[in-house]
Amino acid sequence: MGKPSPEKTPIREQSPKERIKNFNEVPFGYSPEEAILEAKRCLQCKNKPCVKGCPVEVDISGFIKAIAEGDFLKSIKILKEKNILPAICGRVCPQEDQCEKVCTLAKIGEPVAIGRLERFAADWEAEHGKIEIPKRPQSTNKKVAVVGSGPAGLTVAGDLVKLGHSVTIFEALHKPGGVLIYGIPEFRLPKAIVMREVDYVKKLGAKLTLSFVVGKLKTVDELLKEFDAVFIGTGAGLPWFMNIPGENYNGIYSANEYLTRSNLMGAYLFPEYDTPIVRGKQVAVIGGGNVAMDSARTALRLGARHSMIIYRRSRVEMPARIEEIEHAEEEGVEFNFLTLPVGYHADSKGWVKEMECLKMRLGEPDASGRRRPVPIEGSNFKIPVDAVVVAIGQSPNPLVPSTTSGLETGKYGNIITDEQTGKTSKRGVFAGGDISTGAATVILAMGAGRIAARSIDKYLRTEE
Amino acid sequence: MNNILRKEVLTPEIKLFELECPLIAAKILPGQFVVIRSYEKGERIPLTVADVNKEHGSIIIIFQEVGKSTAYLGTLKKGDEIIDVIGPLGKPSEIKIFGTVVCIGGGVGIAPVYPIIKALKKKGNRIISILGARNKELLILENEIKKFSDELYITTDDGSYGKKGFVSDELKRLINEGRKIDRVVAIGPSIMMKVVAEVTGPYEIKTIVSLNPIMIDGTGMCGGCRVEIGGETKFACVDGPEFDGHLVNFDLLMKRQAIYLKEEEESFAKFKKEGV
Ligand SMILES: Cc1cc2nc3c(=O)[nH]c(=O)nc-3n(C[C@H](O)[C@H](O)[C@H](O)COP(=O)(O)OP(=O)(O)OC[C@H]3O[C@@H](n4cnc5c(N)ncnc54)[C@H](O)[C@@H]3O)c2cc1C
Ligand SMILES: Cc1cc2nc3c(=O)[nH]c(=O)nc-3n(C[C@H](O)[C@H](O)[C@H](O)COP(=O)(O)OP(=O)(O)OC[C@H]3O[C@@H](n4cnc5c(N)ncnc54)[C@H](O)[C@@H]3O)c2cc1C
Ligand code: SF4
Ligand code: FES
Repeated sequence: MGKPSPEKTPIREQSPKERIKNFNEVPFGYSPEEAILEAKRCLQCKNKPCVKGCPVEVDISGFIKAIAEGDFLKSIKILKEKNILPAICGRVCPQEDQCEKVCTLAKIGEPVAIGRLERFAADWEAEHGKIEIPKRPQSTNKKVAVVGSGPAGLTVAGDLVKLGHSVTIFEALHKPGGVLIYGIPEFRLPKAIVMREVDYVKKLGAKLTLSFVVGKLKTVDELLKEFDAVFIGTGAGLPWFMNIPGENYNGIYSANEYLTRSNLMGAYLFPEYDTPIVRGKQVAVIGGGNVAMDSARTALRLGARHSMIIYRRSRVEMPARIEEIEHAEEEGVEFNFLTLPVGYHADSKGWVKEMECLKMRLGEPDASGRRRPVPIEGSNFKIPVDAVVVAIGQSPNPLVPSTTSGLETGKYGNIITDEQTGKTSKRGVFAGGDISTGAATVILAMGAGRIAARSIDKYLRTEE
Repeated sequence: MNNILRKEVLTPEIKLFELECPLIAAKILPGQFVVIRSYEKGERIPLTVADVNKEHGSIIIIFQEVGKSTAYLGTLKKGDEIIDVIGPLGKPSEIKIFGTVVCIGGGVGIAPVYPIIKALKKKGNRIISILGARNKELLILENEIKKFSDELYITTDDGSYGKKGFVSDELKRLINEGRKIDRVVAIGPSIMMKVVAEVTGPYEIKTIVSLNPIMIDGTGMCGGCRVEIGGETKFACVDGPEFDGHLVNFDLLMKRQAIYLKEEEESFAKFKKEGV
């Protein structure tokens, strides 16, 4: 074999012009030939830096080797040993900060396209109807309640049923999947894939109860009377606002509301679906993370002539995945860096019409190591807008913590959880994912779920 | 689950369902609401629980057909199932001994005020109820509320029943007569609640209103239901829906209620033409 190509095997995608008119997924995925070609770029390094770069330590070189050999079934089996949601992680993990960042090839060119290969293997398995359901083990007669059906909850549920425990997932919304279903748009993560993964967990034997708001219909304390243990994976669903004048004018949304209307409620298909959404022509999205990119790209697809990112730092500090930033740029999203909104102006009917901003400059590094943005006094200027999406972050919803006795929480309302075990301050109650860490990533939520499942199993067997 | 056990047509536009929801029935308190989604492509809409039947494990909802979702809901029959009924949501009403409480219901707002009247009366308060409707035909729950009221006054916009005028006129009359009023609870159209709060404001009579902004989840995750209370932003679905009427920014509430007027019209017209 000759020297590997310095670049990733390109992936076929919908053209930017075409795709901003629809909500279909942007990349088409590799063909088997392309996947094999890409897999053959892998050097099969002895020290496997990629594996150490993966939060759940997937045997990356192993699954890639299987693809290179054309044994796709084997590759998905290797993936699933560590990652129960490969079709999802292949699409949404920040690979450039994890496995691909430390890939040996990244030193001389582009890393192996680990994410794309992961996605390929998972999609291949689904397309070929090869999804295997392991046999149900002997029942342990232990019952576990899982609160929330995001990646953390799904992982815990899947792992625990495989160990013979009886698991019921309680989900507040009318559809399962957490952020995967209500937050991340169809063009980035098709909902059919999320439903496939949820189905898999159901086929394993987990029960799923939707439209059940824990803390309201039943508290965790009440669940503990019916179940031997409870896992809380309720995510970080409380949207932040900036508390600046005029923020409640018509047309100003939290990203949670904007994306929930569009994704969960199908507002992008209004009037076929009943839930409406403001289809702004001049949309400003405040923030620089994945949530902001998803909102700005949704706005384009809803017909915005100008979809603008308003970010108070500069491009390099944006926390979004590189792929999302690139896709947003290709699609014509306009980036306004070093810009801080300070207020809004409305028309007589209360509709937002202008956003007032300040220019910023970068100062000394702050606690996060990024240079702190400092407002430039007197630099006020106005941007005409008819819709605004505030995507500056979210924190845990207090509904469950505030209704559970003896549960310790931290500064942002996060449940204090032992990272090694998923244990909380309350006996028999475990937690993980965004509810413990604050808004993070799918793979970290999954990893936390896996750890919690292990210690819940131990607790159920030994009461420890 | 969520079967319609009973359906009543209270007025041509207002319907009552008794829904089989044993878990919710076991928990719900006066002032709380549920969110309903009645078919796959439907909206999530909030409706207050007007009564509970613990024996049947059922809850009563009373709704006015004002647009597509409520009109579609109104086409459902006894025995039909509603796909999602989510609750109990919101904070319950404060039920204590206050003394004399004037309870005001306007239009379909009479439904949510009914369980509060019942609970306040059982607690030992003296209840003066004022009910208002556009005309006699549209007045609901008169007999039920009479049972729990020490005094009951009715107003209609056209004078076809009770006194001609608004509920706020009756309230003014009571205040002018020098009646001792310890608390007012008012539920109805935003403009009615606003006027009531304006009437009681100068007399510093504590006035509780139940706000009805547009909601989606009802659990505090979207912020669509935000309202301004004493200059502070609150999420009505979790911090309310009841608030101190003297602190509410009603103008903002009414503007936000009108965000989707155009879409609502379009959706309703389409429904009338082609159904769902
Ligand atoms: C728009 C958006 C884009 C993102 N993009 C990416 C990305 O590209 N890559 C990435 O890795 N991460 C991304 N993230 C972050 C990632 O989605 C989250 O870190 C992850 O979903 C957290 O998983 P979780 O299981 O902890 O919680 P969630 O996914 O938030 O799930 C929690 C679930 O619990 C339910 N729940 C809450 N309260 C209750 C209650 N009281 N009773 C019952 N159920 C309840 C919720 O309805 C929800 O379904 C994104 C997040 C958003 C919002
Ligand atoms: C806490 C709460 C309790 C309520 N209780 C009752 C009740 O007991 N009986 C009753 O008849 N009505 C009640 N409502 C109002 C009821 O939810 C709306 O009338 C209903 O959503 C209208 O939907 P539609 O599609 O039929 O009409 P649309 O044509 O969609 O809307 C008509 C008007 O209703 C309001 N509305 C629309 N969508 C929503 C929504 N998703 N959430 C809230 N308001 C909306 C808007 O102001 C709109 O202009 C309550 C509202 C709230 C917030
Ligand atoms: S670091 Fe990159 S090249 Fe080396 S084994 Fe991992 S994926 Fe292959
Ligand atoms: S309805 Fe979504 S936060 Fe209140």
